[in-house]
Amino acid sequence: MMFAAVIHGASVIAAALAIAWPLGRYIARVFRGDRTTLHGVLHPIERACYRMCRIDPAAEMTWSAYATATVLFGAVSVTGLYLLQRVQGNLPLNPLHLSAVRPDLAFNTAVSFVTNTNWQAYVGEQTMSTLTQMTGLAVQNFASAATGLAVAVALIRGLTRREAATLGNFWVDLTRSVLYVLLPLALLFALILVSQGVVQTFGGPVEAHLLNPPQGAGHAPTDIQVIPRGPVASQESIKLLGTNGGGYFGANSAHPFENPTPFSNWLEMVAMLVIPFALPFTLGEFAGHRRHAWTLWVVMATLLFVGMGVAVWSEAQGNPLVAEAGGMDKVPSPNLEGKEVRFGPLDSALFAAVTTGTSTGAVDSSHDSYTPLGGLVPLWLMLLGEVAPGGVGSGLYGMLVMVVIAVFVAGLMVGRTPEYLGKKIEPFEMKMAALYFLIMPALILVATALALVTPEGARGITNPGPHGLSQVLYAFTSAANNNGSAFAGLLADSTFYNTATGLIMFMGRFWMMIPVLAMAGSLARKKVRPVTAGTLPLHGFLFAGWLLAVILIAGALNFLPVLALGPVVEHLLMAQGRSF
Amino acid sequence: MAPRSFGVVSRGSWVRQALVAAVVKLNPVHQVRNPVMFVVEVGGILTTVLWVQAWTGRGEAPASFIGQVTLWLWFTVLFANFAEALAEGRGKAHAEALRRTRRDVMARRLQSPERDSPYEVVPAQDLRKGEFVLVEAGDIVPVDGEAVLGVAAVDESAITGESAPVIRESGGDRSAVTGGTRILSDWLVIRVTANPGETFLDHMIALVEGARRKKTPNEVALGVLLTSFTIVFLLVCATLLPISSHSAMAAGRGTTVPLTMLVALLVALIPTTIGGLLSAIGIAGMNRLVKRNVLALSGRAIEAAGDVDVLLLDKTGTITLGNRQAVAFLPATGLDEKTLAEAAQLASLADETPEGRSIVVLAKERHGLRARDLQATGAVFVPFTAHTRMSGVDLPGRQIRKGAADAIRAWVGGSLPADIEATVREIATGGGTPLVVAEAGDGGRRVLGVVHLKDVVKGGIRERFEQLRRIGIQTVMITGDNPLTAAAIAAESGVDDFLAEAKPEDKLRLIRELQAQGHIVAMTGDGTNDAPALAQADVAVAMNTGTQAAKEAANMIDLDSNPTKLIDIVEVGKQLLMTRGALTTFSLANDIAKYFAIIPAMFAPIYPELKVLNLMALHNPASAILSAIIFNALIIPALIPIALRGVRYRALDAGALLRQNLLVYGLGGVAVPFLGIKVIDWIVVALGMVGWGG
Repeated sequence: MMFAAVIHGASVIAAALAIAWPLGRYIARVFRGDRTTLHGVLHPIERACYRMCRIDPAAEMTWSAYATATVLFGAVSVTGLYLLQRVQGNLPLNPLHLSAVRPDLAFNTAVSFVTNTNWQAYVGEQTMSTLTQMTGLAVQNFASAATGLAVAVALIRGLTRREAATLGNFWVDLTRSVLYVLLPLALLFALILVSQGVVQTFGGPVEAHLLNPPQGAGHAPTDIQVIPRGPVASQESIKLLGTNGGGYFGANSAHPFENPTPFSNWLEMVAMLVIPFALPFTLGEFAGHRRHAWTLWVVMATLLFVGMGVAVWSEAQGNPLVAEAGGMDKVPSPNLEGKEVRFGPLDSALFAAVTTGTSTGAVDSSHDSYTPLGGLVPLWLMLLGEVAPGGVGSGLYGMLVMVVIAVFVAGLMVGRTPEYLGKKIEPFEMKMAALYFLIMPALILVATALALVTPEGARGITNPGPHGLSQVLYAFTSAANNNGSAFAGLLADSTFYNTATGLIMFMGRFWMMIPVLAMAGSLARKKVRPVTAGTLPLHGFLFAGWLLAVILIAGALNFLPVLALGPVVEHLLMAQGRSF
Repeated sequence: MAPRSFGVVSRGSWVRQALVAAVVKLNPVHQVRNPVMFVVEVGGILTTVLWVQAWTGRGEAPASFIGQVTLWLWFTVLFANFAEALAEGRGKAHAEALRRTRRDVMARRLQSPERDSPYEVVPAQDLRKGEFVLVEAGDIVPVDGEAVLGVAAVDESAITGESAPVIRESGGDRSAVTGGTRILSDWLVIRVTANPGETFLDHMIALVEGARRKKTPNEVALGVLLTSFTIVFLLVCATLLPISSHSAMAAGRGTTVPLTMLVALLVALIPTTIGGLLSAIGIAGMNRLVKRNVLALSGRAIEAAGDVDVLLLDKTGTITLGNRQAVAFLPATGLDEKTLAEAAQLASLADETPEGRSIVVLAKERHGLRARDLQATGAVFVPFTAHTRMSGVDLPGRQIRKGAADAIRAWVGGSLPADIEATVREIATGGGTPLVVAEAGDGGRRVLGVVHLKDVVKGGIRERFEQLRRIGIQTVMITGDNPLTAAAIAAESGVDDFLAEAKPEDKLRLIRELQAQGHIVAMTGDGTNDAPALAQADVAVAMNTGTQAAKEAANMIDLDSNPTKLIDIVEVGKQLLMTRGALTTFSLANDIAKYFAIIPAMFAPIYPELKVLNLMALHNPASAILSAIIFNALIIPALIPIALRGVRYRALDAGALLRQNLLVYGLGGVAVPFLGIKVIDWIVVALGMVGWGG
């Protein structure tokens, strides 16, 4: 069974690659402004957008103008989304007559969706009106992914332009991301999801007459179940393709209306990987260095595949205590706790790896209920900085920052002042890379420490022992890396966690984008050094191995102590028969 | 290379001086320049306070444990200081020797730049730029300047270590004189070109002493990376206070991790190895160049040398042995070779040019023709003039001339025999220089034949270029020759490309073009007309024999004036960067083992289950932490030799270099501390240094 699950995981990666490879080259054409297949249909719309918004598509931006536009767009989006939630009670398309969202929760949710995190401290169908879901959350699902893509493309331009002062136009990149990349893919994928049974309707909830009404204490006597519905497929599609992860329903991809069949589960995994997998190839097209693109892809895929393997293995082992207490044969059985029977424990584990390897954060099972090592995998994939393969855009630029650091040390080792794609890495680039490298662990560690020492923070912890630490660590890791998945146990809908994770999501997104753009601006101004026998090769097993080692060692060095006190010791305790 | 006449300070005294300097450098004002070591020092101060507190009986851990950790923290800082001081020591010794040559000399200040002008005697410090001084045999040149009158033999060994005297004369490319050198014969009138305190000697002292050492951009960039690691680890350790306190509460066992252990973990994790050795590596790189008699005017120039991917090399002196040499006598139809050789030899006997001498040598080798006494035969030597463009000899009843084909053509009456024309063309096509020999006697003027002059390529240069190509460096030969000659020499020497009929402005243009394509260009030069190109090149090496203008435009000066040394300079630059990268990798790879030593020890009171992570089976928590810290401290002095000498450099392509260094310093960096910490743990336990179980 485990072997089959690993093959299943490999098939997800292979299918995503098969789409990503041509898609990456298509994306490169889109952002170079070349004609593409969809040009005839989309170009008039694109031009209309520019005319309407008074954008001069030929006006290029310096890195600081680009960064200003990015942050400004983010800030305006947060404000707009916040206000929409606060007044949704007075607006149409609210079949359940939901009232305004609480301020701290509205702030948290606004930041969450604008930063591509989609951390959900609320239950969607009970909190957000259809209007909020469609014009607020779903729109941000597109906009936040497009912002990430735009920043990645700006960095690619910085790396490949020669002695240029500008990085492109943010508004143009944003528009093209949505029009040429996200919308067509989302449309196509939504239709496929509908074929699997994902609902798409403006009709309100339906009532089902129960054949076997619940009995006993704690249940209101009823024979009617109210089942909320809505335009789910359209939101589900971009939720995955845009590595957003915010579900229409609180149960997210575990809900049968979001993810009805094992096949839809497989499709959703592929969808999460498609764009992050495509972007290395976009870089390869821009830089004219396809072998480097493949090397980056292999590193991303290896990190993910190993994560899948460990998660599947650990969930297949299950909990020895359960086996002990189990049937007569006492055969270890896979860990089914917190998982949907239609996916089974192992496909759920694959999904957990994919959703955290990409910065999606959609869940089809409760990560909180995983075995300690199985739960360590999603945590670990996020702690690596979301590069396996990470979110739309953010995965590539996160990876490229690690590449800059890896190339810096390796470049020294071949006796040259380091360069990447012919661009010299000098103090300014290093400062920006170091800043990027520093912010994420700083946010996670400081926030985790604060949550543990403040009574408000400690109150959210629902599990005893090391698992309590894991819960808090997971929450801030997910927020700082803009993943959005949750170790569901934590009581996250409190003023403390709403504010803290909200701030951290914002910093984890925009504080990281600014150094990336600053680095891109500085790189764009440089000359490109020609490739000689003395140039560090950016492809092949040696470079891939080195990059992998740098990513793993950086992640391990930053987080080993806290992981030791969390999931690692939990695993060791479980082996001794203690579980949390 | 000439033996150095100074710098003979005993190794023992260096080490003593470095030990003293290591303590002096504990001054926080000095340490703060190096954030990594500054953190260690602050940690040391903190544990010292904790140690004192422990003596009063209120400590977080036994005083002996805190005391030992504290001791090793201070040793860590001292070892790093010692490494830096040791590297500086070499330069200091060199500077001391130079300073001894800068004696207080008196100078004869002239009222006007003439030999016989009236003068006053003033101390050298009072001389200012633009004034004129007279120096005569036996005088020390008081200050840097340019000879405007006269010619003299000068002993420059004080600067170059080269004992053979050199000629300095007014005009031309050998007019620069350096303060501190000694006039051996004749006299010079010198125009002062540097104010006191700004002379070459002052400059050199400051450079080798490291007083003016500024961090290079690459050092800054690496420093940023190391600092960011330090900040992250600072956060990792600081946040462990609340996190471990929560864990202790959750486990219902143990307490918050003691500060001493957190400081120990911090110091073990931050990259102290590379942080402690970084400045020593830089200084040592400069010293390795000084050892090769090259003075780099900035650390930046040495790093740029590692980046060079195009070398512009002057043909003469670098690729070929200075001068053309005769390699064959090609007689006209009907004459034998010996007749031609004899005539050519006669015409060259009094010719002191290297070409002339080589004809005499060839005649002797091929035909056993010995030199004859020209005076006895009543011969009159006719020297080469720009007007006739021929030289030769007039014997009674016979005139012999040798010269370029068109000059001889004119001399013999307008045309050369067809076979001679053919030979001339053939030699020119092959890159040689045809020298036509003709005589005028009773039978009128006739052409005897052609001497084939050829540039002789230096031995081993082809292999050197092959090596350069392998490490990705392209070589371009610069020559004033015509393209044909240049192509032939290029082919013979194995150079990648050439620039023929090069004028100084062509050189400058070529450098700019190459730089625009992203290349990093190195060149050597000595003449004043090289100065613009030198100023443009990324690495510009001026010959010490060159003009003041060339030296000022360059960023390195080769005291031996050996243009081939450019290749050595590139290697020193590469080795410097490689050493930095290798030790950074080693330092960070070490952390893995240190984690496995410290984490189980540190958290043992809270979660004893974590002891499965004690892969090295270290004796007890206290010995584990102490061993990690001792290893961390001792690795610094252990690596000083590599920092000073540089990692092994071989001419390999980048991929092979990376593989080699990753194997040695990457995998080695992971493995060595596992072994080292285990061994130290044995010793620590055997010596009974730890009595506390944590």
